[in-house]
Amino acid sequence: MNYALIVYGAPYSQQAAHSALRFAEALPHRGHRAATVFFYHDGIYNATRLMTPPQDEPNLRQRWSLLAKAHNTSLLVCVASALKRGIVDNKEARRHGLDGDSLAPEFELTGLGQLLDAALTHDCVVTFGA
Amino acid sequence: MTSKRILIVLRHAPHGSSWSREGLEAALVGAALGQEVSLLFMGDGVFTLCSEQQVGALGQKGTAPMIDVLPMYDIERLCVDEQALIARGLETKDLMVAIEYVDPAELIAEHDIVLTF
Repeated sequence: MNYALIVYGAPYSQQAAHSALRFAEALPHRGHRAATVFFYHDGIYNATRLMTPPQDEPNLRQRWSLLAKAHNTSLLVCVASALKRGIVDNKEARRHGLDGDSLAPEFELTGLGQLLDAALTHDCVVTFGA
Repeated sequence: MTSKRILIVLRHAPHGSSWSREGLEAALVGAALGQEVSLLFMGDGVFTLCSEQQVGALGQKGTAPMIDVLPMYDIERLCVDEQALIARGLETKDLMVAIEYVDPAELIAEHDIVLTF
């Protein structure tokens, strides 16, 4: 089955992102796939390319990136939630005259409509951190 | 895209966090995409429906205006867990809109997609 995961929790603050990631990594072992992960609310902080955890803690940035590459998982980030919290891609940084961007390369800023679209088109939706 | 029944569950109070606002935004987007959207207010989420709310002192926009526009988006079903109202000393006359009392489990079973906020 194709799963859509919705992540509301910031990394290292709540279990939500860590559980979502482990769930996504486990799905292929049972013949399923996390086709889309949608980051909303504080979950958008998972998309920062500047995340620098200590070496003895899980590196979420690296693992989201590996997941996206290995299983062609779309990592979608709500643009409205992201911009006001300081997660911007190169295009938005230029548009708003900012001196740098912060979105990790495997992630994509997108509208909230994509959350509904994922819920409507995937076989199963699992929410983490409400 | 075939039309599906979407239930948005709101479990947080309207002020103090962005949960209820972000949940209502998801509801409006779902309705704008032509889906049938219902709302279920549970727990502290029932405070979202209280009448005469002011805008938050923190510069937040508040959610009352979003409740007002729900009919324009054809979001007609506003469902409430009666126990949640009673537990908070609220009655239907304290609410800004007409609501429907439901059994949350039955309501959830009636919908194709449930998103919780």
